Amino acid sequence: MNAADLAGWIRHAATLVSADAERLTRLDAAIGDGDHGLNLDRGFTAAVEAVDALPGDAPPSKVLIAAGRAIVSKTGGASGPLYGTALRRAGKAVADLPDVDAAALGAALTAALEGVQELGQAAEGDKTMVDALIPAVAAYEAALAGGADLTSCARAAADGAAQGAEATVPLQARKGRASYLGARSTGHMDPGASSTALILRALADVTVEG
Amino acid sequence: MTRMVGIVLISHSRALAEGAAELARAMGVGKAVVEPAGGDPDGGLGTSLDRVERAVATANDGDGVLLLADIGSSVLTAKTFIEDAEDRDPTDAVEAVLADAPLVEGAVAAASMAATGADLTTVQAAAESARDLRKLGPA
Repeated sequence: MNAADLAGWIRHAATLVSADAERLTRLDAAIGDGDHGLNLDRGFTAAVEAVDALPGDAPPSKVLIAAGRAIVSKTGGASGPLYGTALRRAGKAVADLPDVDAAALGAALTAALEGVQELGQAAEGDKTMVDALIPAVAAYEAALAGGADLTSCARAAADGAAQGAEATVPLQARKGRASYLGARSTGHMDPGASSTALILRALADVTVEG
Repeated sequence: MTRMVGIVLISHSRALAEGAAELARAMGVGKAVVEPAGGDPDGGLGTSLDRVERAVATANDGDGVLLLADIGSSVLTAKTFIEDAEDRDPTDAVEAVLADAPLVEGAVAAASMAATGADLTTVQAAAESARDLRKLGPA
C-alpha cells in the first residue's frame, strides 16, 4: 500500500463510520455515555481533512500520523486518544517506507495494538476495542505466516475483528463507564470493539479495490 | 520570585475544572498556579488535548507541571499529552507528569505543596497521598 492507498483507507473508514454513526451511538447509549458514533464521525471527518491537506509526495507514515493527530484533537471520549495513538504508532512503525507491504502492515497493526494497550491498560476480555483488535492482529499474523498476500491478510484481520466484536456481547465490562454497571453491562456489544471492526473492514475493502 | 511547579486540572466539565482550580488556588494561598483544562474543544462535556496543551503552557514556568485528571478520557488525554511531549520541539519542552490521584483532593494537596516551592516529585507525592485519604476514618 502506498500513501494514496492509506489515505483511501482513512476516507473509506470515515464513510463507514459516518454511515454507522447512529448504530455506534446506540450501542454506546446502552452501556457508555452515548456519544461514540457522533464523536468518531467528527474525528474521522477531521482525519480526512488532515490527510487531504498533506502534500502529494507525503510518505505513508505521514498519512497515518496526520490522521492520528486529527483524531486525537477532534474526537471526544476515550476513543480519540486510543484511535489517535493507534494510527500514530502505526505511522511510526512504517517509518520511511515508500510502500507498505504485507509484513510492514502487520508490524504497523501490531504497533497500533501495543499503543492502545499501553495507553488504555485494557486486557482481552475487558469488553473494549482491544477485544476486536487482538483477534484482528492475530488473524492477520496467522494469514501472513501462511503465505497470504496483503489483501487476504487484511480480510482475515477484518473477520477477526468482527468476531471479536461479536464476542464482547456476553462480557461484563471492566473498563470505562460501562464498568460501573457491573452485570448490567452484559448483553450489549462494546461500541469500541464495533467501531474497530468497521475500521478494519474499511482496510480490507480498500486493499481489494486497490 | 521563586519558580513553582504548575498544576493543570483536566476534567470532562469546564465548570468542574474551574471550580476545582478555584478551590486549589485558595489552598495554595494564592501562590500556586492552577490552570483548568475542562470540556471539549467547543466547551461541552468531554476532554481536549488542545485545551491541555494551552493550560500546560500557561502553568509552566520551568519547574514542571503536575497533571490531575478526573475519569476515563481525561486520563487518556493526559497520557497522550505526556507521550507527545517526547516528540515536541525542545524549545517547547515541559516536564509533565500525571498524578495517580483524585481530582479535587489531589489538586488541593498539590497546590498546598506547590505553594511551598517544592519540586515536581514532591508535589506529585503530595497529590498522590490524597488518594488514600479516608473521609470516615479507617474501616
